[in-house]
Amino acid sequence: MTDTQSSSTITKSESIQRPRLVTTPLTEPFWDRANEGELLIQHCSNCGHRQHYPRNICTSCWADEPMWMSASGNGVVWTFTLVEKPGHPAWADEVPYVIALVELEEGPRMMTRIVDCPPETVAVGMPVSLAPMWDNQLNQMLLSFAPAVSE
Amino acid sequence: MTSLEMIARAARGATFDAGLTPQDIDGLIIGPQVGETPQHAPAALAEYLGLQPRFADIVDLGGACGPGMVWRAAAAIAAGMADTVLCVLGNARDPERLPRSPNRNPIREFDVPYGASGANQAYAMVAQAHMAEFGTTPEQLAQVPVKQRQNAMLNPNAVFHGKEITVDDVLSSPMVMSPLHLLEVVMPCGGGAAVVVTSSDRAHDTPHDPVYLLGAGEMVTHRALSQAPRLTTSPLAPAIEQAYRMAAVRTDELDLLSIYDCYSIVVAETVEDAGVCAKGEGGPWIEQADFSITSDLPINPHGGQLSTGQSDLAGGMGHVVEAVLQLRGDAIGRQIDDPELALVTGNGATLSEEVALILGNSPS
Ligand SMILES: [Zn+2]
Repeated sequence: MTDTQSSSTITKSESIQRPRLVTTPLTEPFWDRANEGELLIQHCSNCGHRQHYPRNICTSCWADEPMWMSASGNGVVWTFTLVEKPGHPAWADEVPYVIALVELEEGPRMMTRIVDCPPETVAVGMPVSLAPMWDNQLNQMLLSFAPAVSE
Repeated sequence: MTSLEMIARAARGATFDAGLTPQDIDGLIIGPQVGETPQHAPAALAEYLGLQPRFADIVDLGGACGPGMVWRAAAAIAAGMADTVLCVLGNARDPERLPRSPNRNPIREFDVPYGASGANQAYAMVAQAHMAEFGTTPEQLAQVPVKQRQNAMLNPNAVFHGKEITVDDVLSSPMVMSPLHLLEVVMPCGGGAAVVVTSSDRAHDTPHDPVYLLGAGEMVTHRALSQAPRLTTSPLAPAIEQAYRMAAVRTDELDLLSIYDCYSIVVAETVEDAGVCAKGEGGPWIEQADFSITSDLPINPHGGQLSTGQSDLAGGMGHVVEAVLQLRGDAIGRQIDDPELALVTGNGATLSEEVALILGNSPS
């Protein structure tokens, strides 16, 4: 790739802003704690159900006000894809990158990024652990994952 | 409080007041706007509430929404499409964010920041899961667009009429999101499609032999793929099962599959979910299957949306239109020999909101 091409690519992606992160009063604690590298999920004090993303009711029994709990950050890749052409042009400067659905050991599943490894090593069922990454454009820590360090 | 939270409160209040639990709710009717969610609103709300309704709808009648929901719920119950329908309306008015609060669809908050937006990534992840669980190969999935394109050679209305492709063409087309290549992804285009539904009595006065709706099934389970109960069996499985039961039809009696095909993987999962082959066998089955009009079980004789292009939501109606034309004997240039029964499927969002119909050329 020539310098001209790469600089024009960067210019183009910088001109397209990422959709800003819109939180709600209910979800703000999730993002605040994410900035400290912590992954919060919800659990229900009535039936024990655990869930992500945060809601004002338990999706299993509809009990009020599920409680926050800190997740271990351990999970496995439920499925993934290597993004060559992003659905939104504001991420064009990062391709190729791996997005994945990770199943947390607590049960809930979440959308995330798999980082710190060659994309071709990512596989369904691969153990992963939390590896937060700072997003400059969103001004927010995102809860990405990396391959779990084997004991 | 957001609109979603407000709706959750109302839903719980009415359901608990009726002495019921969330597990009793199998139908959902909502208003046109839920938490500033621009589309797929019933799926977004069902997901928020943890419901998996087998009937879901939007009523957009302004101030008449409430009563309009009630008789529609009763009609759905009378039709056997649901037993217990939650009819709920709600909207937040946040004085600090007037005039209108921003898009608070959970996908927008919990998926998009990771660079996960659009349909391609979701279907790619479904395909990846299918390959990992069952050993489905890229070569097998590539057969879907190839065989459907072959069918489109008989359909001059298809965008890609006259442009045959090979498995090599598919596999050497650009990777969009692994494992899906460009030619396994539907292409958007303009277009429209419509059908008219009337009573069978009234239909006898019309110039064509009517086509009969013999059975229907619907299932909505999630909006975001992270909330899907499973990846390699879609909500079409129970929807198709209900349609078979209502029509008293078995898989081996079908003469035509007019099935939704936004991506190659959807056809592979649908033939499994319809019981045409065993779960997990979609890949090998597609590899040997004859999709053509001379087959025992033709698939998408019009070429499917992968060949006709996806004219937005009309693309899905195209599968209904194709089945009607075939059952009437009016599919000029690509008519199947005397078909009597067809399975039609529709698929919304990310294998989230699914409908199955059994259509026939006689009333029973
Ligand atoms: Zn609960």
